Amino acid sequence: MYLEDIVKALNLRVVSGEERLTAEVLGGYVGDLLSDVMANSKEGDLWITRQTHQNIVAVASLKDHAGIILIQGCNPAADTLDKARKEGVPIMVTDMPGFEAIGKVYNMIATKKGPDPST
Amino acid sequence: MKAFRCDLHIHTCLSPCAELDMYPRAILQKAREEKLNVIGICDHNSSENVASVQKAAAGHPLTVFPGMEVSSREEVHTLALFDNISRLQHFQKLIYDNLPGENDENFFGCQAIVNESDEVEGLNQHLLIGATSLSLQEIIDHIHRLGGLAIASHIDRESFSVIGQLGFIDPTFAFDALEVTPRLGLAKARETFPDLGNYPFITSSDAHFLRDIGKTYTEMWMAEGSFQELRLALRGEAGRHIIGGT
Repeated sequence: MYLEDIVKALNLRVVSGEERLTAEVLGGYVGDLLSDVMANSKEGDLWITRQTHQNIVAVASLKDHAGIILIQGCNPAADTLDKARKEGVPIMVTDMPGFEAIGKVYNMIATKKGPDPST
Repeated sequence: MKAFRCDLHIHTCLSPCAELDMYPRAILQKAREEKLNVIGICDHNSSENVASVQKAAAGHPLTVFPGMEVSSREEVHTLALFDNISRLQHFQKLIYDNLPGENDENFFGCQAIVNESDEVEGLNQHLLIGATSLSLQEIIDHIHRLGGLAIASHIDRESFSVIGQLGFIDPTFAFDALEVTPRLGLAKARETFPDLGNYPFITSSDAHFLRDIGKTYTEMWMAEGSFQELRLALRGEAGRHIIGGT
């Protein structure tokens, strides 16, 4: 699953990191507490949050996330956007509430991976 | 100069999560029993009991700094301490202008405004447990514009701390000090946060209950219990400094 597929399917508004939409999405993580996201998210995750502080860019870079989706129409703060553009971190905005956005992203990733062979 | 025992973070019965027994005279009595020299009154997003505590402390050697524990848009708590109450009142107006919601004491608790004789004069209607719409950066800037000190609250706590909410402390954040809880303590603060060596550390009780006052304190080497001396001690200037804490 590639980031651009998710952007297209969910009609996300890309505000930074357009050049990295070809990145592969390996999984997802949801959280607004950055300490938690730093501790528990993984490389290649698509991170879904409503935290707009500029530290989200540092966390996404540090953890090599595929990108960040801001839900509920939350726009990144001006310094967040500057930093994300400079560092090429894809930030995508949607008006969807978190529950809906997360459900849709999960379904796309789960479908793509196919049924769990162990079941 | 001498050592002053300082606890810069004490709530009153105005904070919805504090016990109602946190009246001015009860706080001061416990502070004296615990041999504190300097206290800071910091309720959540409000300062309406500060003057009462100061009045109740008149004539006693204890210094009471006017303050507030303000919650930013990112739900980061910061202590704002000021030289005098009029600066704090400017800050208060700004905070109320940016604090949405109304308190429901059945859910969040009572927010009692009391006078210096511990009598209830009213109930604060603002949603003090909530967060302001101001960013952490804006809050620090406003505190400094008003000549105050901005201290990051309980940075070792998972909830409502700058590290818990924002992952790490960006060196561009001009905090005047970082507070750690008594659970971590000052001695361990530096080894726990080796990257934050440029900031002064303090520890405070964050007392919401009378029994917690005196649980910890920070000792400062100062000429007197004044705001200017506190600023010098935090900066380690002019012979003033933080001696240590519990």
